[in-house]
Amino acid sequence: MSATAEKPASPNSDPPGGARERQQVSRTAVPATARKKRGRVRRLSRRDKIVLGVMVGLPTLIQLLFVWLPTLFSIALSFTRWNGLDVSDIRPAGTDNYEFISQNYPPFWPAIQHNVLWLAFLALIATPLGLLLAVLLDQKIRGSKIYQSIFFTPVMLSLALIGIIWQLFYNRDSGLLNYLLGTAGTPQAVDWFGDSNVNIWAAMIAATWRHAGYVMILYLAGLKGVDPSLREAASIDGANAVQTFFRVVFPAMRPVNIVIVVITIIESLRAFDIVYVINRGTNGLELLSALVIQNLIGEGQVIGVGSALAVVLLVISLVPIVFYLIRTFGKEKEA
Amino acid sequence: MATNIGPVRTAEAAGPGRRTFLKTLGIGAVGVAGFPLLTACTGGSGPAPGSTSKSLTFGSGSSDEVPRNAYKAVTDAFTKKSGIDVATNVVPHNDFQNKINSYLQGSPDESFTWFAGYRMQYYAEKGLLAPVDDVWEKIGGNFSDAMKKASTGPDGKMYLVPNYNYPWGFFYRKSLWAERGYAVPATFDELTTLAARMKADGIIPIGFADKDGWPAMGTFDYINMRLNGYQFHVDLTAHKESWDQKKVSDVFDTWKALLPFQDPAALGQTWQDAAKALEAKKTGMYLLGSFVTQQFTDPAVLADIDFFPFPEIAMEGTDAVEAPIDGLLLSKKGGQNQAAHDFLAFMGSAEGQNAYAAVDTSNIATVKGADTSKYSPLNKKCADTIANAKYISQFLDRDALPAMANNVMIPALQSFIKDGSVDVKNLEAQAKSLYAAQ
Repeated sequence: MSATAEKPASPNSDPPGGARERQQVSRTAVPATARKKRGRVRRLSRRDKIVLGVMVGLPTLIQLLFVWLPTLFSIALSFTRWNGLDVSDIRPAGTDNYEFISQNYPPFWPAIQHNVLWLAFLALIATPLGLLLAVLLDQKIRGSKIYQSIFFTPVMLSLALIGIIWQLFYNRDSGLLNYLLGTAGTPQAVDWFGDSNVNIWAAMIAATWRHAGYVMILYLAGLKGVDPSLREAASIDGANAVQTFFRVVFPAMRPVNIVIVVITIIESLRAFDIVYVINRGTNGLELLSALVIQNLIGEGQVIGVGSALAVVLLVISLVPIVFYLIRTFGKEKEA
Repeated sequence: MATNIGPVRTAEAAGPGRRTFLKTLGIGAVGVAGFPLLTACTGGSGPAPGSTSKSLTFGSGSSDEVPRNAYKAVTDAFTKKSGIDVATNVVPHNDFQNKINSYLQGSPDESFTWFAGYRMQYYAEKGLLAPVDDVWEKIGGNFSDAMKKASTGPDGKMYLVPNYNYPWGFFYRKSLWAERGYAVPATFDELTTLAARMKADGIIPIGFADKDGWPAMGTFDYINMRLNGYQFHVDLTAHKESWDQKKVSDVFDTWKALLPFQDPAALGQTWQDAAKALEAKKTGMYLLGSFVTQQFTDPAVLADIDFFPFPEIAMEGTDAVEAPIDGLLLSKKGGQNQAAHDFLAFMGSAEGQNAYAAVDTSNIATVKGADTSKYSPLNKKCADTIANAKYISQFLDRDALPAMANNVMIPALQSFIKDGSVDVKNLEAQAKSLYAAQ
C-alpha cells in the first residue's frame, strides 16, 4: 500500500518524469545525455541485453510481487468474509464490508475527517513553515549550517520516536508544556495526548516538527538551484524582496513545489506511527492507516473489513497519484 | 490479555525459531540424523513430529522479566526431574498475542503459553490444538471444577493446563482508609456513598486508566455480572445474547452512577500510571487485576495494599469473580510428542506450579496443594476469593471474539468514559457482522 503511494515521492529518479523541469534546471545537459543514450541503444550486445533484461525484469517482478498482487488480493478480500485461518473458509460477502465500515463502524468517519485535517494542517501550516525556514536559512546568516542541522534532525528520527519525545513534552503531570503554562499538578492541567479534544492537534504539531524540517531541506536545495541572475533582474526591475520571492523565485522552483505537494499528501495519508505510539489510534486519534493495521494484523483481525479499509485508503491515495502522473506525462507530450 | 506491554527485547526470537525449524525439516528430508543438538543450541525447534524424544519446544509469550524467569525455573525443574530438554522460545507479550493466528498455522512450538476463554475454544474447534485428556487423567484431581471447565474445549476434550490466575477487584491502601475511617463497601450503594465521601475529602475515589483500552472492560464485566449474572456474561460475550437489549443498557446506566467518581484523566493514562496514583494516595481505590501489585516495588507500600471484591448489585451476590487463567497448550504438532505431554503434566502438578510461583509471586497458583506458605496476606485473600467463587470469568477480551473486544468495545467504552453515552444498537450491529465473519 505505502509502496504504491511512495512511488511518485521520488520523481527525480523517475526517467519519464518532468522533462521540461530538467531542461529548466540544466538546459544543456539533457539533450546531450539523451543523444548519447539513443546512440547506445543500437549497439546493444547480447550481454547488454541480458543485463538490461535482468535490470528491467527484476524490478518489474518485484513490483508485481510486492505491489500489484497484494493490491489485487486486498481488493478481492475486501469483498469476502474470512477468519484468516484456512483458504477454504473464505466466503463471498458482496459489499457487506463496505456497508459495515460506512454505516456501523464508528471510528471510520472520524478517521476520514482526521486524515483530511492532517492533510490541511500539513499543507497550510507545516509546509509553509518549512518554506519559511528554508528562505530564512538561505540568507547568509551566521550559523546557518547549525540551524539547518537542528531543524533537519527530527527528519532523521522515526515518527514513533517523535511520539515518545513529545510525550515528555505533553505529559499531564510532569510535561514541560503544562509546567510552562503553570498548570502542572493542578486539576486544570491539560492532558495533551489523552484529551480527545486536543490530542489530534498535539499530534499534528509533533508531526509538523518533523515535516517542516523535511520541506526545509528540499526547498533549500531548490533555492540553491534558482539562477541568481533571475533575482538580479528582478531587483533591477525594482521588485522588493517579497515580490522577488513570490513572483520570481517561487515560480522558478516549480519542480520542487510539485515534489513537495506530493510529499505532503503522501505524508498525511500514511501518518500512522505517531498516533500508534500515542494510543494505537483510538480516542480522538483515529486515522485510516491505524484502522487498517488494527483490522488486518492486530489481535482483532477481521480481514474483510481491514481489506475494505485498505481499499478506501488506496482509492484516496490514487487521487493525488493520478493527478501527479497526468501532470508529468501531460507535460512530456507537450515537450 | 495485554496486561503489560513487554519490552521488545526478544523480537527476533520468533524468526530464528521458525527458520531453524524449516532448516531442521529440510535436513530431515534429506535424511541427515543427529541434529537435535544443534537446533537446541540455537534455541529453535526440536525433533521431527512423532518421535518419542527427550526434548520439546516451548513458546512463551511471557516476556517480562519476572514471568520469564519464572517459566525458566519451571523448565529447569522439569529438565532436572525428567531429563527432557526444553528449548524455550520467548516472544514479546503483545507480538505473541497478535501473531497467534499465523503462529499456529505456521510452525508453532510444541507447547506454548496461552489462556482460557473464547480463543482457546476457537483454536481447539479449528483443530489447531492437541487435546490433552491423557494429561488430565493424571492431574485432574489437582484442580477445582471451575478450572476443569475453563480448560475444556467445545468438543468436551481437555486442552488447557492452567498455571496461575489472578483476581480482579478493588485494591486500596489500608493506612489511608484507616486514617480516614473508610469501610469496605458491601453493596453498590455503599460503594457510591463511600466514593462521594472520598470526593468530598479531596481524593479521586476510584483510580481508572483506559489509554490502552482494555482496563475499562473490567468495570463493564463486573457491573454486568453483578446485574445480570455470570451466565449472561458468557452468553453475551459469545454473542448468544444480543447487545441491543435493556440488560446491556442497564449496565451502562448503572456505570453512569460510578463514572463521576472514576479518575477523569483515565483516557490519558496507563494502568501503571494509575497504580502510581494509588501508591501516592491520590486515589482511594483502584479496580484492576492483582498484577497491579507488580508496580509496588516498595515492600512497605506492598504490605499496605489490601483488596476487596466488587460489591454486589442485584444478582448472585459476589459469587462471580473475574480471574483470567493463564496456562499451557499443545499445538497440533506437540500432540505427537510424549515429552510435551509430560511437560504439561508437570505444569499441572504442585511441584511445577511451586517452581513458577517461587519466582513470580504476583499470581495465584491454580493447583490444589500448591505451596501457600510464602503467600502474603494479600495473596491469601486473592486465593480465597478465587477458591470461594462459584463462577470464574475470563475478562471480556478473552471471553469474547477478539475483534469484538478490540475493535468494537475499546472505542465504545472510551467514548462512554468521555461523555457517558453509548449506542447499544450499533454495538449489536457490529457484533452481528463480526461474529458472522468467523
